[in-house]
Amino acid sequence: MLLIPCPWCGDRDETEFHYGGQAGVPYPERPAELTDEQWGEYLFVRDNPKGEFAERWSHSAGCRRWFNLVRNTATHEIVR
Amino acid sequence: MSEHPDRLWRNPEPRAGYDVVIVGGGGHGLATAYYLAANHGIRNVAVLEKGWLAGGNMARNTTIIRSNYLWDESAAIYEHALKLWEGLSAELDYDILFSQRGVLNLAHTLQDVREGSRRVNANRLNGVDAEWLDPDEVRKFCPIVNTSPDVRYPVLGATLQPRAGIAKHDHVAWAFARRADELGVDLIQGCEVTGFRKHGNKVIGVETNLGPIMAGRVGLAAAGHSSVLASLAGVRLPVQSHPLQALVSELLEPVHPCVVMSNHVHVYVSQAHKGELVMGAGIDPYNSYAQRGSVHVIEQQMAAALELFPIFARAHVLRTWGGIVDVTPDASPVIGPTPVDNLFVNCGWGTGGFKATPASGWTYAHTLATGKAHPLNEPFALERFTSGALIDEHGAAAVAH
Repeated sequence: MLLIPCPWCGDRDETEFHYGGQAGVPYPERPAELTDEQWGEYLFVRDNPKGEFAERWSHSAGCRRWFNLVRNTATHEIVR
Repeated sequence: MSEHPDRLWRNPEPRAGYDVVIVGGGGHGLATAYYLAANHGIRNVAVLEKGWLAGGNMARNTTIIRSNYLWDESAAIYEHALKLWEGLSAELDYDILFSQRGVLNLAHTLQDVREGSRRVNANRLNGVDAEWLDPDEVRKFCPIVNTSPDVRYPVLGATLQPRAGIAKHDHVAWAFARRADELGVDLIQGCEVTGFRKHGNKVIGVETNLGPIMAGRVGLAAAGHSSVLASLAGVRLPVQSHPLQALVSELLEPVHPCVVMSNHVHVYVSQAHKGELVMGAGIDPYNSYAQRGSVHVIEQQMAAALELFPIFARAHVLRTWGGIVDVTPDASPVIGPTPVDNLFVNCGWGTGGFKATPASGWTYAHTLATGKAHPLNEPFALERFTSGALIDEHGAAAVAH
């Protein structure tokens, strides 16, 4: 079980959280101008690194805040 | 069956180059090598495995084999696999202990009943054996399932695929490895691919810890590590790697006659030939390459198993483990070319790759031999994430494998 630092509530068990995948993927500014390849890439493709990964978490069973973490996917260590 | 041989394969040094190099010596890679040699006469083939043969997800799955998928494309490839499974012990001259004991998919809600009935009809239209059982028939088929109406999630019925079942996963890998080796394939263990040799946009070989190995075509079959390998060639894949955990009990007398799966309370349970109860459920939610997951996921699947099988209350957990599965947005695999010439990918099997092993190898071998898709894997190309022609098995049949 991961011990996840909520920026509002502090360290809490993973069971209180909801995973949100890769952080920093903005909605395209002009989606109508994207090619099918670019739109498909935005919809379906995310980074999947072995190592440090910036990701979204929501404290869904607590304060409900969304926040970013950098976690190592090879060791599960929360880096920052 | 013949006497068990002392050695199942050679351990050759890699040669300077091969017609086809397969990266990943798990079930799919070994099956691909076998069918390249057996079906296409391409024997100048190497399988490169960074660890030991079949030590990844092939050693970590729950060995369930079935083909009762909802969509036509899935039913076709998984049913092809099931037909190959039915002849595999004889073809490979090695007993893989394929036991067609039947798989029940339980329904606990009105929506489950509707979905199950629909899937039975879809399966029959695709020539896949499927039946709908009411709770009494479920009790007759699997007497240890709790079919009492007085539980939190009562069993309202189940789909049954009688031809589905389990096999002995390590025997499957050894059988494919032995026959591939006999046909001339080099199975090279302890050989990690660290990069690709490219000429323009064309892959011409791989860099490894044992030195460079040239290749006419390179086929990735690396499951959870597919993204890592593809990124070395500059390719981004629509997969995310997650832990998938499973567990076994101590050895028990034969008590569980079939395979029971429940998407709603979410567990799948069978009893291995040796006697241990084998259980699995869903992935851990976060991305990971650590081959372990969080203990509450194990707790939840055991709680679900006890809901369904009160008789297991005194069984003990002997061992739990995790594998890394590569999950696509539509829970269907990717088998086909990549944007880099001569580089092919077979990935995205997610939580259900074991059952597909022979058909995955069959179709991937065809693609690596001819450069073209086999009709069975044509719908599973990367382009579907641009065209939008997804094969969405997430809600349909693939929540639990």
